[in-house]
Amino acid sequence: MKTNATDPAFDRQLAEAAAIAAVMRQRREAQARRGRLLKHAFLIAASCVMLYPLFWLLSASVKPENEIFTSLSLWPTVFQFDNYTKGWNALPMSFSVFYINSAIVTGLSVIGNLLSCSFAAYAFARLRFNGRNFFFALMMLTLMIPYHVVLIPQYVEFLKLGWVNTYLPLIVPKFLASDVFFVFLMIQFFRQLPRELDEAAEIDGCSPFKIYWRIILPLSLPAMGTAAIFSFIWIWEDFLGPLIYLNDIKTFTVPLALRLFVDSQGESAFGQMFAMSVTSLVPVIIFFVLFQKLIIRGIATTGMK
Amino acid sequence: MRRFITRNAPGYTFLLPWLIGFFLLTLGPILASLYLSFTKYDMVSAPRWVGWDNYVYMFTRDRRFWKALHVTFSYVALAVPARLIMALAVAMILDKGLRSISLYRAIFYLPSLLGSSIAIAILWRQLFAKDGAVNAVLSFVGIDGPSWITDPNTSLYTLVVLAMWQFGSPMLIFLAGLRSIPKDLYEAAEIDGTPAWRQFTRITLPLLAPVIFFNLVLQTIDAFKTFSSVFIISHGNGAPADSLLFYTVYLFNEAFSFFRMGYASALAWVLLVIIAVFTGLAFLSSKYWVHYENERD
Repeated sequence: MKTNATDPAFDRQLAEAAAIAAVMRQRREAQARRGRLLKHAFLIAASCVMLYPLFWLLSASVKPENEIFTSLSLWPTVFQFDNYTKGWNALPMSFSVFYINSAIVTGLSVIGNLLSCSFAAYAFARLRFNGRNFFFALMMLTLMIPYHVVLIPQYVEFLKLGWVNTYLPLIVPKFLASDVFFVFLMIQFFRQLPRELDEAAEIDGCSPFKIYWRIILPLSLPAMGTAAIFSFIWIWEDFLGPLIYLNDIKTFTVPLALRLFVDSQGESAFGQMFAMSVTSLVPVIIFFVLFQKLIIRGIATTGMK
Repeated sequence: MRRFITRNAPGYTFLLPWLIGFFLLTLGPILASLYLSFTKYDMVSAPRWVGWDNYVYMFTRDRRFWKALHVTFSYVALAVPARLIMALAVAMILDKGLRSISLYRAIFYLPSLLGSSIAIAILWRQLFAKDGAVNAVLSFVGIDGPSWITDPNTSLYTLVVLAMWQFGSPMLIFLAGLRSIPKDLYEAAEIDGTPAWRQFTRITLPLLAPVIFFNLVLQTIDAFKTFSSVFIISHGNGAPADSLLFYTVYLFNEAFSFFRMGYASALAWVLLVIIAVFTGLAFLSSKYWVHYENERD
C-alpha cells in the first residue's frame, strides 16, 4: 500500500494545487488592494467636493473685492486681511458686542440645559414615584411637537412679561428643560449605571440629591459632555429665537448680525461679509476638532442631528 | 399619607423644572395656540372669536397657503430621499475593507454641523449666484448655468443640494447600523456566489430596515421644519416668486411681519397635524417592512 507522501504523481498534483491557490490568493489580495485604492481615490475626491464650499468661503474672505467672482483660483493674488478688520466694524456696533452677546446667551443656556435636563433625567431614570411612566410618555410626545406650534403663544407670554428685547426668553426655557432631547439622551446614559451604586449610597444615608451630585453626575461626564457640546453648537447657531425676541441691535447675537450684514452691506462688501461668516464658524469648528470623538459617538448612539 | 409624600417627594422635586416648563412652555402654549387659531388676533386688540373662519379661508381661498404646501412637500420629497441615499451609499463605502476611516467620517460630517448656520446660507447664496462658483465650474464644460437662486425654476434645487451636502448624521447612524450586521452572513453569501447587488437587497436592506425607518422619520420631520437657511436665501419672504415659500417661512411672515397671530396659529396647527400624520403613517407602514431582530423568534 502506497502512502500519499511517496506518490510522485500526487506530490505533483499537490504542488500544482498549492501553486494555483497561491496565485488565487495573490489575485484576490491584488483585487482587494485595487478595491481599497479605488475606494480611497473616490473618498478623497468626495472629500474635496464636500470641503470645497468651505474652502471657497475661506478664500473669498481674504480676496480683494474684484477677485471674488472673477477668479476661479482658491489662492488669492493678494491676501486682503483687512476684510476682517473692516468687517468687524462695518455695522453700527462692532462685532465684539455681538460675540459677547452670543457668548452670554450660549454660556447661560448651556448651563441651564445641563442642570435642568440632568435633573429631569435623574428623576426618570433613577427615582421611583407615582406617575413616572405617565410623565415619561408625555415628555416623549413633546419631542415630536414642532417648535412653531408653541412659538406664538410663547411670544405673547414673554411680551406680556416685558421680556422682549432681553435674553430671558432665550435663556429661561433652558433652565426648565425645554430641550427635551437632552433629557432623553441623559436618561439613556443614566440607566446604564449600576443600580447598586444608588442602593449602597442610600444605605449609607445619602439623600437623593447627594446621590445625584456625588455619584450620578461624576459618572456621567461623557453624556454631559456630549450634551454640552451639542447645546453649545445649536444655541450658537440658533437664528429663529433671537430673530423673534431681539430687535435692538445692541442685543444682537452673531447670526442676527450676519443677517443684518447681508441686508445692509451684503451687495457692496462681499469680502467683509464672508470674513465675518468665517469668524462665526470658528468656535463650532474648534469644538468639532477638539471633541470629534464625543460628537460622532453621540450621534451614532442617539440619532441626533 | 406621610409615606406617600416621602416616597414621591424626591422624584417630583427633581422633575420640578421640567414640569414647570412643560405646563408653561409646552402644554399651555399648545392649548393657547389651538384657541388662537379660532380667533382674529393682531396683538393690539383682544383676540376675537371667528369660529372656523381661519381654516376655511386657508383651505379655500388662500393661494399662498397652497403654494407653501406645494413648495414644502416638493422639498421634503426631493431632499429626504436624496440625503438618505447619499448617507447610505457613503456609509457602505466606509464600512467595508478600509481600516482608517475616521478622517473621512469627520470630513463628511463637518457640513452637517455647520449647515444650519447663517454663514453657510450666505455662502450658498453666492455659490449659486449667476456669477457664482457653481456656474464658473459649469462654464468649464461649456454649460451656461442659470441664475440658480433668483430663477424660480431652479431655486428649490439649491436647497435640495444644501440638504444633500449635509448627509453626515444619517451617515453616522447608518454606519453604526451596518457595523451590527453579522459579517458571517456576507461570508456565507460570498461562498454561495451571491452577486453583490443581491447581497445588498437580501442582507443589507432587510437587516438595516429599522435604522432606515428611524432615519426616515427623523429626517422627514426635520425637513418640514427647515427655516433659517431658507429665510436667508429667500430674503425672508419666500422670493423669488414664492418659489422658496417654505411653510415655516410663510408662518413666520403671517405672525411676525403682518401680526396675523390667529391665522398663523391655525397654520401652526395644520403643520402639527401634517407632521403627526406623517409620523403616524411611518409607524403604521413600518410593520410591513421593518422587522426587528428580536421579534423574529
